[in-house]
Amino acid sequence: MLELIPQDHNHEGKLYVPVWAYYDACGNIKPLALRLGDQNFIIDRILDVRPGASRKAGGCGIRYLCRIREQRFALYLEEDRWFMES
Amino acid sequence: MHADMNSFYAAVECMHRPAERALPLAVGGDAERRHGIILAKNEYAKRYGIKTAEALWQARQKCPQLCIVPPDYPLYMRYSALARKIYASYTPKTESFGLDECWLDLSDRHMDFRRAARLAEEIHLRIINELGVTVSVGVSWNKVFAKLGSDLSKPDGTVVITPGNYRERIWPLPVGDLLYVGRATERKLRHAGIKSIGDLARCPSRWLKERLGKVGLMLQAFARGEDRSEVSMSDDPEVIKSIGNSVTTPRDLIRDEEVKLVYFALAESVAARLREQGLTSSCISISLRDSRLCSASHQRALSRPTDLTMEILDEVMALYEEHFQERGPVRSLGIKASKLQPADPEQLNFMPDRARREQYARIDRTVDGLRRRFGYAAVRRAYLLKDELGRLDAKGSHVIAPVPFIKGGETICSN
Repeated sequence: MLELIPQDHNHEGKLYVPVWAYYDACGNIKPLALRLGDQNFIIDRILDVRPGASRKAGGCGIRYLCRIREQRFALYLEEDRWFMES
Repeated sequence: MHADMNSFYAAVECMHRPAERALPLAVGGDAERRHGIILAKNEYAKRYGIKTAEALWQARQKCPQLCIVPPDYPLYMRYSALARKIYASYTPKTESFGLDECWLDLSDRHMDFRRAARLAEEIHLRIINELGVTVSVGVSWNKVFAKLGSDLSKPDGTVVITPGNYRERIWPLPVGDLLYVGRATERKLRHAGIKSIGDLARCPSRWLKERLGKVGLMLQAFARGEDRSEVSMSDDPEVIKSIGNSVTTPRDLIRDEEVKLVYFALAESVAARLREQGLTSSCISISLRDSRLCSASHQRALSRPTDLTMEILDEVMALYEEHFQERGPVRSLGIKASKLQPADPEQLNFMPDRARREQYARIDRTVDGLRRRFGYAAVRRAYLLKDELGRLDAKGSHVIAPVPFIKGGETICSN
């Protein structure tokens, strides 16, 4: 019997993270903070929001370009989960 | 404009599997449920000569290190919906052809080929940036040439077919590339020395009509760029043309009992989906394909529109008894409800069976409600418990099928 290779959603390069987000009355979503390991980080600023795909992480969604403590990184909202490149 | 996402299933899988992206990869059906064929392959797999629809073991022989992955339809549907959303931001007139292809009507007073080409390039880039998969786009003044253009621009890019260049670009292509030239038609045309689309366009119309009938003339019009069909806006939920369901069964069905059981499950699903859309149907058709892959379908008009499971089931059973008494072992079957119209609150009706219809409707509503809240398996017909086949949830696992291109081409018989 041939074996099929199952999809691994949690692979190297893709990290799903817990996120605190604010939903405004129109349904717009804005991530406020996220948890990495056992530390919480407040997102200082959102620099850009647009649909986007990440080749490295392997996924697509709404791409939020965020800044935390002078560091820029992209946070993706993939349907109802958040991931970042790792 | 026609947009075609390349090797769609494989591209989405490659996107989601960085580890396997640089390897030959193919999406394969489930061998145990007898869908054991290649559904799509990536560029690397293509180099080994792997073809869509060949058996998994054949593909493995050609390329032993091939990664075969199972299909993830919900994921493909999500990508398809995201792509359609992008298309819809350019025009409300979009017509899907399967999950991966779509026609867009961009014509307006100010549109010319140069502007259309710019838009095509923009759409092409947006799909890559926002979805991470590639799309080929063909631009032309008719749907047939636009589709050929998107084939020409594979694996990735845009091609514009204008009245000035179609003779050089389209006419040298083999006639089999033309939409609706299947294997049988291609064979007939080849026998007559018609090898390219240009040959078909230049061939005397009378001869084509004698040989192929009306279809011959239609194909010739396609080849000459005279196709005038509109982009049908089929993605608009208002204009769903038919609702159908079909399955390939896990084993060949021999006994009538078994076939009826599967039809039963399909009828339930089609009826439930009609009700979900608030539609009724006045034409039911059933199709059946046997283990030699011969298929046939038959349809019947109803005296009045319905969305009742029991009524649809009765029609299906009548059609089956009438047409499929002599058949081989059955491999796949399907039901389709067409001639749809909105389910208006029923008008005053003095028919003697009114009470019975109301009863059926009440049962259907109750079952739909229970299933919505507690899942498909919450209530099932006792009849369907007799066999594992009855467990198939045809509605939950349905996949969007391409909308038929030729309108009115409802009954298709092929042997």
